[in-house]
Amino acid sequence: MLSPAKFWSAVSLSLLLFLVALAGMPLIGTSGAELSRAWAGLSPDKEILFQVRLPRVLLAALAGGALSMAGVVFQALLRDALAEPYTLGVQSGAALGAVIAICFGWRTVGAFPAVWLTGFAGAALAMFVVLSIASEGRRMSSFTLLLTGVTINSICMAAILFLHYTAGFTQSFAIVRWLMGGIDSMEYSTIGILAAGVLGGLGIAVVKSNELNLLAVGEDWAVTRGVHVPGLMLICYLLGSVLTASVTSLTGPIGFLGLIVPHALRLALGADHRLLIPTSFFVGGGFLMICDTVARTALAPSEIPVGVITAMLGGPFFIWLLRSRRGSLWV
Amino acid sequence: MTPVYELRDVRVRLGEAEVLHGLSVEIGESGLTAIVGPNGAGKSTLMSVLAGIRESYEGSILFRGREVSQWVKRELARQTAFIPQTIRLEFPFTAEQVVFMGRTPYCHGLFESPDDEGAVRRAMSLTDSLPFARREYRALSGGEKQRVVLASALAQNPSVLLLDEPTTFLDLKHQVATYALLQSLAREQMTVIAVTHDLNLAASYADRMIVLSHGRIAADGKPPDVMQAKLLREVFEVDLEIREGPSGKPWVFYERAGTLRHASGTEGHQTPPC
Repeated sequence: MLSPAKFWSAVSLSLLLFLVALAGMPLIGTSGAELSRAWAGLSPDKEILFQVRLPRVLLAALAGGALSMAGVVFQALLRDALAEPYTLGVQSGAALGAVIAICFGWRTVGAFPAVWLTGFAGAALAMFVVLSIASEGRRMSSFTLLLTGVTINSICMAAILFLHYTAGFTQSFAIVRWLMGGIDSMEYSTIGILAAGVLGGLGIAVVKSNELNLLAVGEDWAVTRGVHVPGLMLICYLLGSVLTASVTSLTGPIGFLGLIVPHALRLALGADHRLLIPTSFFVGGGFLMICDTVARTALAPSEIPVGVITAMLGGPFFIWLLRSRRGSLWV
Repeated sequence: MTPVYELRDVRVRLGEAEVLHGLSVEIGESGLTAIVGPNGAGKSTLMSVLAGIRESYEGSILFRGREVSQWVKRELARQTAFIPQTIRLEFPFTAEQVVFMGRTPYCHGLFESPDDEGAVRRAMSLTDSLPFARREYRALSGGEKQRVVLASALAQNPSVLLLDEPTTFLDLKHQVATYALLQSLAREQMTVIAVTHDLNLAASYADRMIVLSHGRIAADGKPPDVMQAKLLREVFEVDLEIREGPSGKPWVFYERAGTLRHASGTEGHQTPPC
């Protein structure tokens, strides 16, 4: 039984981590900008803190939270502990869209960078293709969903390899850099739109978290306990995919997060999705804020792709967690 | 009185094969009905349509006068509970969490109510699964898992209980205890429908037996009427005999290597498990 006290203590703790990272990470950097000077409106501290670092930290917070939450949702939907936001082809669709924009030299579409829009369009197309193949009338099979997603992944990756092979030197570098993923500063208006989508997704996932527990056991199990399974599966698929597409089109792929954060939280809190959904959002957001800060400061003035940092920091921590639970069913 | 289930000419196809061939049967209020038959007879398919899991069928399946496929799932889940043969979990849910899932049709909001907690405690107590409530489900033995799944169904507080081979992984004590529990639930006005391979348990505890063979009803009636050697020989394609069991109920013995064994698998000269 999940008591309100247990729920709120877990959520509060993860929210505290999130808020500490959100407040602290913008203050860390190599330029020596000070908060008091920035607050007083003095340049360049004001620009460094409020126009460069804070938007970047906010993007990391939303991206980390969204990818971790999408990981939890996809793992429940597919009943597969190894599922992650990129399993169902959304990321490779976004990558193909972005690579096409780079190869054809499209820089902007209206006020937005072309890779954002083509990336989102590619992800949406992949989502549509997977959904139309995997659904049969009103039913949807998680097994077919998984196989279709993996196949779309392979097709998109083959197309990316082909485009990369035919690209010139500059385009080739741009493709590789995009595929490494990274957090960049951007307009507050863009972050505002992303925040509205991601927080809306968090709300939907929390509302559906009880039903996700049943779906994680099995479709028949959920049906016979009163869940409208085709509707729930569709919501989960669209929710996870839209979150992943939105983030990936802005940041490129950031691996590992959707796998490591949910499993670390399962080790700490158990399998109840009512706890996992909100805590994975806050812990994932906090974790990516920290990783991005390391990425931009460790080898300054050069930057390390943030996906490298998530794997290098998260991997050993996860292995430590696994070893500390030796003897349990997780090892 | 309206029957609980009323099936008219029900046909179910799995791929190209028709698994149920025009089944027509009525199941009334309360009582324990055992559905028996050899592998591939269509028992589990029948249970899946009764439970509302499989909605692609021809003919008509009325549950309390309304087509099963027309019921809102949440409403149906407050009236019927289904117990599969087994569930395989990928994630570390505890036994108690699995049982609490049975309260989903009654849940409003994120948290369970004291009523839900009371229903879960009662169900776990009835199935003798309280001692391992906090243990991870995946770490339980097959029999313990089966008792947890039964508790989850009882926590739904259903008027109809559908079970697909509820004693497959249970030891002798818990097989008998489970059927005794099902029998007592049936006497308290619950309609219990159980698929089983154990003819002797079915004959000992059921009020009615339905024998399925090749997707058709081969026999339907009270255990003494159904437990006929000629019929069961034809259906199960085994050389068997019916003798009087320890409680006066018919008991199946089958021939293997010259020794008669009863259908639970123990040597015929031993005391049958009842």
